[in-house]
Formats: sequence, structure tokens, C-alpha cells
Amino acid sequence: MIDKVQKIMSGFDYAAVTPRRVEAALKREHRDCNDLGALLSPAAAVYLEDMAVLARDVSLRFFGRNVSLYTPLYIANYCVNRCLYCGYNHDNHIRRARLSPAEIAAEAAAIAATGLKDILLLTGESRIYSSPAYIGQAVEILNRYFPSVGLEIYPLRLEQYGRLHELGSDFISVYQETYDPALYDRVHLSGPKKNYSWRFGANERALAAGFRGASFGVLLGLGDFRRDVLACAAHALLVQEKYPQAEIGFSVPRIRPYPNREKNETGIGEAQLLQIILSLRLFMPWAGISLSTRESAHFRDNCIGLGITRLSAGVSTGVGGHLGGEKGDQQFHKADPRSAPEICRALVSRGYQPVFRDYIRV
Amino acid sequence: MDKDIFKLGGREFSSRLILGSGKYPLPMMKEVVEAGEPDIVTLALRRANIGGEGNILDYIPPDKTLLPNTSGARSAPEALTLARLARDMGCGDFIKIEVVNDPKYLLPDNEETLQAVRLVVKEGFVALPYMNPDLVMAHKMADAGAAAIMPLGAPIGSNRGLTTKELVRLIVEEIKLPVIVDAGLGRPSQACQALELGVAAVMVNTAVATAGDPPAMAKAFALAVRAGRAGYLAGLGRTGKGEASSPLTGFLRTEAG
Repeated sequence: MIDKVQKIMSGFDYAAVTPRRVEAALKREHRDCNDLGALLSPAAAVYLEDMAVLARDVSLRFFGRNVSLYTPLYIANYCVNRCLYCGYNHDNHIRRARLSPAEIAAEAAAIAATGLKDILLLTGESRIYSSPAYIGQAVEILNRYFPSVGLEIYPLRLEQYGRLHELGSDFISVYQETYDPALYDRVHLSGPKKNYSWRFGANERALAAGFRGASFGVLLGLGDFRRDVLACAAHALLVQEKYPQAEIGFSVPRIRPYPNREKNETGIGEAQLLQIILSLRLFMPWAGISLSTRESAHFRDNCIGLGITRLSAGVSTGVGGHLGGEKGDQQFHKADPRSAPEICRALVSRGYQPVFRDYIRV
Repeated sequence: MDKDIFKLGGREFSSRLILGSGKYPLPMMKEVVEAGEPDIVTLALRRANIGGEGNILDYIPPDKTLLPNTSGARSAPEALTLARLARDMGCGDFIKIEVVNDPKYLLPDNEETLQAVRLVVKEGFVALPYMNPDLVMAHKMADAGAAAIMPLGAPIGSNRGLTTKELVRLIVEEIKLPVIVDAGLGRPSQACQALELGVAAVMVNTAVATAGDPPAMAKAFALAVRAGRAGYLAGLGRTGKGEASSPLTGFLRTEAG
């Protein structure tokens, strides 16, 4: 699968895309990777409005006027990886912490009290501080408060995913960050994350272990976003073909500043980010697309209805933080500090229904 | 003419339009239900948030019969668990069995659906299976105790109309249960066509939710459903090809020579 994705990524020539090619991609009912390439190309930039109209219509058909809400919970920020773009990287001098089981339960109770029912558990990579057993314990606790528990954690083995699934987690997010192997090698200085192919296969292993859905993404701003998004979508499509029952999702995070690196430029503007969102929506109309608090309230609000199906709300990107102070420092500075009720009001004012629960684990 | 009653699960209804409640903001859904005047409204249990914020039951008028569905279920046991949950939440005994393993087209899994019907019927539910229009499977659903058959007209949300017409027609002719076309109807005229064909009712959600004016579209569907039913009851005229001036068998009426 890695080879196939590489071939699709390298085989597409963005400079060769003509306006006519973009128009052809827009007209098609089912779009393939070449159509996606055309929609991501510089030539498609002037078709953004046409793309938005199509994306709005297709989103309405598949998802209606609904947007799901979720929130992340960082249970620990110890990390052995040295990744150039991340606030949790091993060499960054920040307050490190991990939540005890009692603290996880207290955080969960505070989040659940805001009405949120979909939680995403995150942690840095550390076999000492965030072992699979510790993560499993956290999943069990969170299950008592939330009908849906997702994981955004370091790649595991199949049987480890199986165990976490048994304990009550159903959704997995492992983002490749970049699909360019040379760049991947350069930005991951050391640590287990340096292993490209191990990470590449993680979502698939989780699905094989019984997880219900998997989310794919790249860190926008790291490499050539067109190549990366095309590769990411191709990866997701190939996994969907292999696991037809899987719920596939995308996330579109842009690089953000973090503690001790207050300037962290993405080089990707909002128009390009929107082009990415619309392209993914038109490529896989049935897939979920999440938009995190890395983006501003203004941008997020205006994306409602254009393809985004999940928004985070009431977010803390530090360890803990739902009971007042954060125990450990943030992974990145968020751009949208709004609480769950505030996000709900924004949705309702645009004629959309906030959905707290879209899944019951049975 | 006697009053035309739609009987389902031991109960009697006058409207043959069933409306879905997903895909709307809740206040809009309420307006749509008021405009379309269905007797039955479906709801996805997984989204219902009953007792919590944005409780859908606060927006569905109390005189409507609730038809909770098991969407999200991927297997028969999961559907059973959701059915029990629906009953516990006070949604009644009607349950639309929806077992889907295909997030792309959301096509139902007939095999698991049949199993689910067997399981819920044992517990006294009125089972309404949403299924691919397969006559053989429909017979099995009926044998398993289903109260109606709900074949799809086209993939859900596609607004493509009654693309499965011939298969649905066979089910209408052969199965002695109400047949409700569920999913795929995109226009009032398509709902009308389904009723003309003799289906007992239609269920619509996306076509209304994605309309420019959803309440007005709900009303339009209600009118189309009544027209289609009236046409069916009136007995559709022959679609003869007209009589040829020299019929092929005309020679029988002429003398040799």
C-alpha cells in the first residue's frame, strides 16, 4: 500500500492541470485520485466558489444540517520523539505531566458536565509514562462518561489495538504528518516516530483489530501540501477499499505556534486550507472531516456547511485543564478558545444542529 | 368509499407519509413535521440525546407515533440492544431495523437485518426492516414476523427516486404486508409514483431536508402521497397501445375468399 500511495503522489503533475481539467473534475459524479489532484492544483484556486457550492450540496445530502462536537483530552505530554514541529518534542523545555486515574475521572466529569459526549484521548509517546496499560486504564475510565472514545496516540501493535478496543475505544487517528519519506526522515530527528512504515500501517492495524473508524491527516505546512493531501486521501481510499465497513475521516491541521516557539509559520493560507477541505469533501463525500481549534473562530464558523462534519469545542491542549489550571504545558496554542455552548450557538445561528452523540457503543 | 386507513403493527394511521427527523436543526424539524402532517416520525436513537440538551422528543409533537431506528448497528445483536434502549427511553415498541455495514452508500445488510428481526420480534417489538428490495429476503422477513417491509427506492440520501421500481413492485404483489418505500425518493412526483404502484406508505427525509424550503417541501410530499394513493385506489387506467386499424387477429372476423 505504501508503494501505491507513493506512486499516486509522485505521478501527479500539478503544473499540467488546465482550467478545463479542473472543470471536468468538478462535473464528475465520482471523482478519482486524478480528479482530486486537479482540485488541489493551483489552477483550481479560481474555482473555489464553484467547489464550495458543490461541497455544500454534497455535504447536505450526506450529513444534513448536522455538525458533531468533540473535545480532546491530553492525559500526558511526556514524549521521547524529537519532532521539529511539535511542542511536546523531547527537547522542548516545558512542564511535563501525566494525569492520575483520579485526575482523568475528574477531567472527564468536568467535560461531560458541559454536555459533550465524544472524547478524543491524546498522549505523547513514552512507554514509561504513557504505556499501553495506562492508556487502557484511561479508556476504561472515559468509557464511564462518554459513549464514544477515540484515540490519538502513538502507533501500536495489532493485539494492543485489540485490547484497547475491548476496553472501549472505537475510533483511531494516526496522522502521517507527511507522506514524503525524505522529509519525514528530516523532521523526525529521533525516536520511534522515525519509523515511517510502522506509522503508515497503524490505522489499518487498528481497523483489523476491530476499531470502527480511522482518521487520516497530514500536518499542513510541513511539506508540499498538494502532494501530501493527495497521498493522504489515496491512503484513506485504499484502506476504505480494504475495510469497506470502516468509517473513514480526515483531519486538516495546520502547523501552530507552541510554547517556546511562538512563531511557527504554516505557509498555507486560509484559501488554500479551504481548497483542501472542499477537495477532500468532493473526493470522498461520505467521509467525516474534523476541524480543530488550530483554526480561528471566524474560519471555523464559515466552514460550517462546506464539508466540515466535526468541530472540537471547549478545548484544552495542555495536560488536563478542564478543572482550572493545566497540569502540563500545551502541545500548540489554540486559535479558537470557545466553550461547547458557544460553539453550539454559532452552529444554531447558521441553521445547523449541534450533535453531541452520533454513536452508541453496544 | 370507506375511509382509507393505513394499518401498521396493530395500529391505524391516516397519513401515508412517514418523515425522518435527521439532517435538520431541531426547530426546523418541528416546522417540517407540522407542515407535512405525518402520523409517524422516525428518529435515530444514537443521536436522540433523550433527557439531555437538544432532546429531540421536545420537538416532535406528542400525537405522533415515534419510529426509532437502529442506525449505527452493524450486526443483529447491536440492533437488538438499540431496540431495547429505545423502548427503555419511552419510544414505544415500533422499531425500524437498520443494520448497515457500508458507510459509503449506506446500503442495508439484509442478512443481519433478518437476524435482527427474529431477535426483536421475540421480545415483542413491531419490527420494520429497512432492506434492499429482494423478494426472497422479504418473504423471510415476513416469516420472521416483520410488521412491514421497507425496501429502499435508491441509496439513502441520493434523491434518485424509485430506481428499484421493478423489484419493489414484485414485493408489493407477493408480500401480504404493508410495503413502505424508504430511502432514495427525491421528489414529490416519485413519492406519488410509489403510492400509485400500491406501496402502503413512503418514508422521506433527505429530499425534504435538502430542499430550499423544507416545510413547503414536506407539504408537497404530503399532497403527492395523497394523490398517488388516490390514483392507486381509483384503479389506474390501462396503458394500452391503441388499436391497430388492421389488428393481427382481424382475419378471424373476415371471410375466406
